[in-house]
Amino acid sequence: MARHTISMVVENRFGVLARISGLFSGRGFNIDSIAVGEAAEPGTARMTIVTQGDEMIIEQIIKQLNRLVDVIRVVDLTGENFINRELALIKVNASQATRQELVQIADIFKAKIVDINQKTIMLEATGNEDKIDAIITMVRPFGVREIARTGRVALARESTSKDTPSPEAPQPVWERERKQITADLA
Amino acid sequence: MKLSGAEIVIECLKKEGVDIVFGYPGGVVIPTYDVIQRTTDLRHILVRHEQGATHMADGYARATGKPGVVLVSSGPGATNTVTGIATAYMDSIPMIVITGQVPVHLIGNDAFQESDTVGITRPITKHNFLIKETEDIAQVFAEAFHIATTGRPGPVLIDVPKDVQIGEAEFSYPERPDIRGYKPRTEGHPKQIRKAAEMLTSARKPVIYVGGGAIISEASEEIRTLARKLNAPVTTTLMGLGAYPENDPLSLKMLGMHGTWYANTAVMMCDLLVCIGARFDDRVTGKLEEFSPNSKKIHIDIDPSSLNKNVRVDLPIVGDVKRVLQQLVPLVERADTEEWLNQIEEWKRDHPLTYANTIGLHEEGLEGVDRETVEKDTDQFPLCAQYAIERIGQLTKGEAYVVTDVGQHQMWAAQWYGFSNPRSMITSGGLGTMGFGLPAAIGAQFAYPDREVIVFSGDGSIQMNIQEMATAVACGLPIKIVLLNNGYLGMVRQWQELFYAQRYSEVDLRDSNPDFVKLAEAYGAVGIRVFKDEDVEGAWLEASKIKDRPVMLDMVIAEEGNVYPMIPAGAASHEMIEE
Repeated sequence: MARHTISMVVENRFGVLARISGLFSGRGFNIDSIAVGEAAEPGTARMTIVTQGDEMIIEQIIKQLNRLVDVIRVVDLTGENFINRELALIKVNASQATRQELVQIADIFKAKIVDINQKTIMLEATGNEDKIDAIITMVRPFGVREIARTGRVALARESTSKDTPSPEAPQPVWERERKQITADLA
Repeated sequence: MKLSGAEIVIECLKKEGVDIVFGYPGGVVIPTYDVIQRTTDLRHILVRHEQGATHMADGYARATGKPGVVLVSSGPGATNTVTGIATAYMDSIPMIVITGQVPVHLIGNDAFQESDTVGITRPITKHNFLIKETEDIAQVFAEAFHIATTGRPGPVLIDVPKDVQIGEAEFSYPERPDIRGYKPRTEGHPKQIRKAAEMLTSARKPVIYVGGGAIISEASEEIRTLARKLNAPVTTTLMGLGAYPENDPLSLKMLGMHGTWYANTAVMMCDLLVCIGARFDDRVTGKLEEFSPNSKKIHIDIDPSSLNKNVRVDLPIVGDVKRVLQQLVPLVERADTEEWLNQIEEWKRDHPLTYANTIGLHEEGLEGVDRETVEKDTDQFPLCAQYAIERIGQLTKGEAYVVTDVGQHQMWAAQWYGFSNPRSMITSGGLGTMGFGLPAAIGAQFAYPDREVIVFSGDGSIQMNIQEMATAVACGLPIKIVLLNNGYLGMVRQWQELFYAQRYSEVDLRDSNPDFVKLAEAYGAVGIRVFKDEDVEGAWLEASKIKDRPVMLDMVIAEEGNVYPMIPAGAASHEMIEE
């Protein structure tokens, strides 16, 4: 059951999200995440859905989405060269003693500190899902109070040649540093 | 000049060539009914229940190919249409359902007779609309008709709040709208078609498997040409009945759960299966892993989502089947199928469709029985449903519009009427809606007032929309209702007999059924009871003389007759029960 990132452009009208989520629930397809926002063409929205299924199911999902009148275009980005990002807001317990360490972790992940008070700190992290998962793992020992994640948004790169290695393919800096810190902590 | 929203609704219908609407008034559609009352060139049929209206529009659409139109009120009026809409959706029938809605400012307030109609019908319509401004009505109607009638057709619902009907706007009807998310493809891909032609020509054991898509796209002529040119046998689904003449030597009749032994066996043994406008439904394939295991498969369908849904095919072709066949037929040559056709002839001889009856055309299993006993003893030798259907098929030369409900009688009608014309079988295939028959027949009779329209129904099904007898009587429609009355919910009883060790649970109607002859008479129709095979013809001839009202032929058949052959649900075709 591979995970697939499906990106589509839809009419930006009321009820469209219900049509799409209803299609998934009615036909027993999974939704891991869904993200919606205005797209480039006026009156349209881009929707990014992360779903799972074997080849036949994914083919069905794409065809069924295409059947919806309000769906203008559907692409399965999986296997294409694409950029995907997620944003997370993470509220963590932070005392005077732990604050410095959290700032350091945020720095490594290039996360921003967007709110701070006596007891907590709020981080804003952007990146692909693995990176968000990693930062959450790192801050969890401090006591995570709340998390808000956007779900994946994605766009295909302009050059769609599959030979071009995705810049995300090599191990990113944060990944190396996370391993280093984990080793240090141990 | 400005028109009211209600006037615009009616003008839109006229622009689309609609001349009949099936409906039922209610609080929030009174503005539209006020316009209907003074419109002369649009006929409105007052039904007795909104479900009836949807099946009538559906029957009209199946008989003509034109979209059927329904007009009902909000809340319960709208929710009552749900079964009819789902029925049309499953069988890809073009339909426009106009529902009234509470005024825009009350939407979401739990107002009187409010329901979220668009929400409720979203998964059972091809598309639906809620109109919030009077000036949007014309555009929405143009889009709705375009969507309902093109591509793979289907029902489209338009929810029109009361204040939108009352408000005023300039009226101009748009040209065929351009909808950026809706571009059905009709032409087949030339490369795929060339491949298909090669596969067809080199097949030795081909079977052409035809579904309802062939009827919708009016491709019967092309299928006939393909079959004859190729010299290949043709089987149809329940929805495809009539797309290929069953009296043709190449016909295998219907396949599937209650299909012929030879159709199912041919599909199992073939080396090439050409699926035309069908969708490998579970009632056709049975156990998927063992369905037609040795064949290459070509699938032609206008809906890409039908391709590779249940069965992986070797060559999918997206397109309107008529167009695709027009592209394909010239490239096909006669295949070497003599041996295969001989084999099929043998199967047809050895495993024909049969039934046992007292006088009929298929007198099997009655050897040694004295004919006089048979004729007297209707308890032991009751009227045979299959015989009645076959005889009526002969008496009407297979030319009638046959409408069915759902159950044993439906399968018997499919097996025995003898279909040779497209659109002549009107039945709820996908959803299997009991109560479909009578109202759908009303729709078909309105479409063709001078043609014979027969409803084959059962004592269970007929009571699910019996109220529409009043509509048929009020409109003087000479529909013939052939009620195959066994006092049971026969199909469920058959399953309980065969697969639940005869533990009959809640299927017995014998003591609670009304007297259907009196019931017909109470509505102002004619009722005739028939007990014996030899009375079928006389009763039919008597019924067919009546031209100004419906006739109910209450045929008292064997209580525990079964439909055979039968492939149990989920079984493979070699597990077929013949009798």
